[in-house]
Order: sequence, then C-alpha cells, then structure tokens
Amino acid sequence: MSHPAENKPAAGLFESLAALLRDRTVRRWVFQLAVTLSLVSFIGLLVAIAAGNLARQGIATGYGFLTGEARFEISESVIAYSAANSYGRALLVGFLNTLKVSLVAIVLATVIGTAVGIARLSSNRLLAGVAGAYVEGLRNIPLLLQLSFWYGLLTVTLPVPRAALNPVEGVYLSNRGVVLPMLEPHAAFGYAGICLAFGAAIAVLLNRLAARRQERTGRRTVIAPAVLFVLFVPVLAAWYFGGAPAALDMPRLQGFNFVGGVRLSPEFAALLFGLTAYSATFIAETVRGGIEAVSAGQSEAGRSLGLRPGLVMRLIILPQAIRMIIPPITSQYLNMTKNSSLGVAIAYPDLVAVGNVTMNQTGQAIEVVSIFMIVYLTISLAISGFMNWYNHRMALVTR
Amino acid sequence: MKLFLATLLASTAVFSAALAGETLDKVKARGSLVCGVSEGIAGFSAPDSTGTWAGMDVDFCHALSAAILGDATKVTFKPLTAQNRFTALQSGEVDILSRVTTYTLTRDTALGLDFGAVLFYDGQGFMVPAKLNITSARELDGATICMQTGTTNELNVADFFRSIGKPFSPLAIEDVNELNNAFFNSGRCDVYTGDTSGLAAWRSSLAQNKDDYVILPELISKEPLAAAMRHGDQQFGDIVRWVGFALIEAEEKGITQANADEMKSSADPTVQALLGVSPGLGKALGLDEAWALNAIKAVGNYGEIFERNVGAKTPLGLQRGTNALWNKGGLIYAPPAR
Repeated sequence: MSHPAENKPAAGLFESLAALLRDRTVRRWVFQLAVTLSLVSFIGLLVAIAAGNLARQGIATGYGFLTGEARFEISESVIAYSAANSYGRALLVGFLNTLKVSLVAIVLATVIGTAVGIARLSSNRLLAGVAGAYVEGLRNIPLLLQLSFWYGLLTVTLPVPRAALNPVEGVYLSNRGVVLPMLEPHAAFGYAGICLAFGAAIAVLLNRLAARRQERTGRRTVIAPAVLFVLFVPVLAAWYFGGAPAALDMPRLQGFNFVGGVRLSPEFAALLFGLTAYSATFIAETVRGGIEAVSAGQSEAGRSLGLRPGLVMRLIILPQAIRMIIPPITSQYLNMTKNSSLGVAIAYPDLVAVGNVTMNQTGQAIEVVSIFMIVYLTISLAISGFMNWYNHRMALVTR
Repeated sequence: MKLFLATLLASTAVFSAALAGETLDKVKARGSLVCGVSEGIAGFSAPDSTGTWAGMDVDFCHALSAAILGDATKVTFKPLTAQNRFTALQSGEVDILSRVTTYTLTRDTALGLDFGAVLFYDGQGFMVPAKLNITSARELDGATICMQTGTTNELNVADFFRSIGKPFSPLAIEDVNELNNAFFNSGRCDVYTGDTSGLAAWRSSLAQNKDDYVILPELISKEPLAAAMRHGDQQFGDIVRWVGFALIEAEEKGITQANADEMKSSADPTVQALLGVSPGLGKALGLDEAWALNAIKAVGNYGEIFERNVGAKTPLGLQRGTNALWNKGGLIYAPPAR
C-alpha cells in the first residue's frame, strides 16, 4: 500500500498538466507549436531526401556555383555585365531587368487603368464604350498570347537596321528597337539632379503650408508659380553655371547595329506593352468598382455645392474610392511582377531567363529555383509592405 | 512554364528513388523504352507527316529497344526542349536522352549524366542571309545573333567573340519556333548560330530557297553528339554505349539491314561474336545474344542510318566528312567487340 504522500505529487503533476491544457492560451500555443514543428520537420525531411538523392545521382549541390564565371552574354543589362562576370552577377542582371520592367509597367498600368476605369463611367457613350471594349477584349486574352502578338508586331513590321526609320535626326526605329540620342555624362547633370531633389522637397513643404493655411483660414493660396519656380530655376541655373553641357551621344550605324545613344529593345517594349495593356484592364475594373461603391449622394452633394464634375471626382469621389481600391490593386501589382517572368518566351532576359541558362549550365535546378522563390517573395513582400503602409495612411481617420 | 518544370524537377528529385542498376529492369518491366528526343529537328528527330518519329536520334532509340526488348517498335518518344531535357532525364521521366546532345565534362559530372558512343561529330557554326555578302564569322561585328537558350551554343559564341575582341548582341530564345521566326521571318537577328547539322536542317525545312542562306566556314566548337543517360547505372550505360558501337562495327564489317541474317554464316570471328553466333557478348551485357543482330535488322548499320536521315540524298544533304569511318578518313571508330 502506498502512502498518499508519495502518490500526491504525481497526481498533482498530472492534474496541473491537464489544467494547463485546459487553459486556452496555453492550449493555443501548444497546438501552434506542434503544427509548426511538424511542418518544419516535414520540410527538413524533404530537403534531406532530396540532398540524398542528388548525392546518389552525382549531381552537384550547394550555392558555390554563384561565384563561377558565367561565360554567357545577356542581351540587355542595367549594370555593366560581360561573359567574364560570375553567375551571381548574371542573376543580379536578370533581377534588375525584372525590377525594371515591373516597376515601369506598374506605373504605366496604374495611370492607364485609372483613366480607363473612370472613362468607363463617363456619360459620353462613345468613350465609355471604347473603354469597355478595351477592358473586355484584353483581359480575356491570355497574357502569353498578347506578348507573342506584340513581339511579332514589333519585329516583323519594323525594318532591319540598315533600313531603319529615321523620323528625327538621331532617332532610329528598327526591329533592333528604338535608339535615341543621349546627353553625354557631365558633372553639371549631377548638380542639377541635387537641385531638383531640393526643389521637390521645398515644393512638398509649400503644398503642406498652403493646405494648413486653407484649413485655418479657408482661403486657398495659389502656389503653382512658386512650385514651378523652385522646381525649375535652380535646375536650369545649375546646368548653366555648370558649363551648360549639351553634347549628345548620337547613335550611328556601325557594322550590324547601332552604337551610342540609348536603346529600348523590342523584347522590353513588347513585354512592357503586353504587361501594361493586360494589367491595366484589371486596374480599370478595380477603379470602376471603387468609384461605384462610393454612394451617389456624395457626388450629388458635391455638385450641389457648386463643384465642377472634375473637382467632384478629384476631391470627393476618388479619396473615398481609393480606400476600396488599394487592397485589390496591391494584388494586381504583385501579379504584374510575377507575370513579368513570361518575358522568357520573347527572349527578355529577366531573372527567370537568366536563371534558366544558369540552371542548364550548372545543373543546379533546386538551388536556382530556390533563388527564384526567395527573390519573388522578397519583391512581393516589399510591394505589399509598401501598399499596406499606403493603405494605412489612406484609411479613414475617425476623430 | 519554366518555373513549373523546374519545380517539377525539384519535387521529382525529392521523390525519385535510387537508380543504380534499375533502368534495364524498369524498361523490361514496362515493356518499352522511353526515349527523350527533340521537338522536331529534321534528320535527327522529327515527326513525319503521319506522326511517326524519324531521324538518326530516333533510329538509335529503335536500335536500343530492339537490342533490349527484341522489338524495335517498343519505344515511346518524348519531345523535350533544349532547356528541360536534362531535368527530364535526371528525374527519370525518360530512360535515355537521344537528342543532339553535346558530350561535355560538366554534363558528364556535375549534371549527373553519362554518355554513350559519339554518333555524330558536329561543330557550332554561323548561318547568315546570303545577301549580306559575309564570308567569315570575323566580319560579324556587333551583329545580333540568335541562338537557342539552354545549349552549349551560348557559351561557345560568347567565348568566340571574346577571343576576337568584337561585340555582339545575343538573342537567346527558348522556343524553337520563335527562334526560327526571329531569323527566317522577322529578321530580328542577323545571324543564326547552332550546330551546323542543325542549321542545315532548319535551312532545308524553312528557307524558301536554300541558297538564300549560307553557313560560314568557321566552326567555333567541337560538338560530339551522343546519347545521355543517368550517371550511376553502369549496366544500362554499357548497353547504350555498346549498341552504338555495334552499329559502327556493323558498317565496318559490311553487315547491313538486308544481309544481317546471311552474315551469321560469315567466317569472320568478330562478325560471329557480334551477331551472337558464338555466344558471350549478349550475356556480358545482360541481354539476349541476338541483341546486335536485332538492332542492325531494325535500323541498319551506322552508315545506313546516316545516309537515310541526313546523307547526301536527303534534304539536309550532309557529306560523311568527319562522320566517315576511321579507316575512311573520319572519326567514327568502335572499340573491338570481343
């Protein structure tokens, strides 16, 4: 027969454990911990099996290949790149190309999408009809087909470089792309840039002051001339006193292609057009939905205050609609970034295209795919982080 | 798509089992050979008007299937892009890759592959429109050069232009139709680079007039084309290698598709051993003694395969050149089958 004193601690421990599990907070933590641990160990198991299989097949593993010489060329790059650079740098070039096309497309698609979305609501039947046809037409055709279409259009219809269209001196249009003259680098442009940044900061400040004054006194201050002054006069002055550089790097035909100037490749153009035209339709629908969700009483009230329709839209409808627009539009931005990888079909050297070559030459598919995943995840999280911040800022402030 | 395929590889790498010694059993159990070929390269692997695959690479798979299974028709052809071919092989989607694949050190090692006998000695060259009046690749200053991505061509062309110190702009396209379109139709690129056999193949099938395009004399690389299989399965590797050698040996000994059965009564001991009259070779490979006989009866000897698919009488019109037998001034050579 056991002593109660001996039994008690065990029972007490059991009971206190049971009591602990009955505690909702503790229970929640235990379950979450269990799920997380099993997920992590499952992934760990997969990684271990994969590593074992790869080792058995004699396939190289690890990220050491990133420092190896790439030995392949890339058709366009934002930074200096040659075949003598490393795979790591080649992937960076691809990443920057992805960023370049995504960011430009996001800006353009937002502008076009907003305009088309508003146009669809226009009382002008023709305008609304054209906007509607654009949206319904383009958003229902797969993006890949649209990219092939734009690429084919640009490369087949434009002439070869020797017969390039030359509408203005120094501007050449051929199936190698658009070549434009470029100002030759000069220190004065740097100074002008600094002045522009300062000017922009002062302009923002002026705008704030004017807004605050209007809140206080109800009177609107006209700041447009002052803004134009701070934006442009210092820039022009910096350029003029910096030596007024105006030397142009003119493109000219040498051998098979143009040298000098800046070039916009047909691959970039086709991807940009396709991505922008396609995504703008979704943005247009989001904008239209957002505007229609603002109660009609708001615009009636605005009009009865004597505001012109444009002002009603800008001051009353859009600020309210934007709260409904931002979350779905964020998803669109994320889609655009990811869709830019379709550029691989039309030879645009984005991250996926460069990664595929790397994968093929090194055979390290898993490593390269993991880089794809990390990079797209990072870009997407950055965009959604920014948009969440913006959404927060735009949210209705209740006082 | 690309991402999808790569992810597929990642997942198959996770779930695929060990490989050593298994390919032969797998092929026998399945009763057919899964052979990775191109999406359509005339003369090497392309479907004809009835949908039947034909070409040198295709014939090799038929020979292999005849040697292993005794039936040349038991082959499933799987078209693969240059980009996804190794992934398909590594993950076990195909048993063998017979798809104008260059034998290189990196592929032999880091990619986890093994290679069979070299069945075609190719070299990378340049094709340009004849109207440009270019006679040498050294004149291609700043030219836009189309090439298929995922090939050794990308490396060779970059190396070549680095060595002559001239710029060029690459246009690496994966889809072969887009690629051909960029060169033959839109003129997006001035030059098409690739293995010369392949260039000749495209010219024969796509150019309206064959003489509108010229292949420049410079060969900038060695491209020995061979069948590839997974590293680690030595037995299957031996079979692939020796079926290739047997076809070469057959040409050397004058054994053809037509006279193979008669040749069994040949007094030549090498012929007797090869055709299984005097047994031993089949057993050594783990195959039926009639392995080489079946392969030769299925597709003919190496010379017959060459002439039928890419030879002078075909649209490609290639000469034997480096692909002649070693005793006729070429490089095609088989180690002794004994």
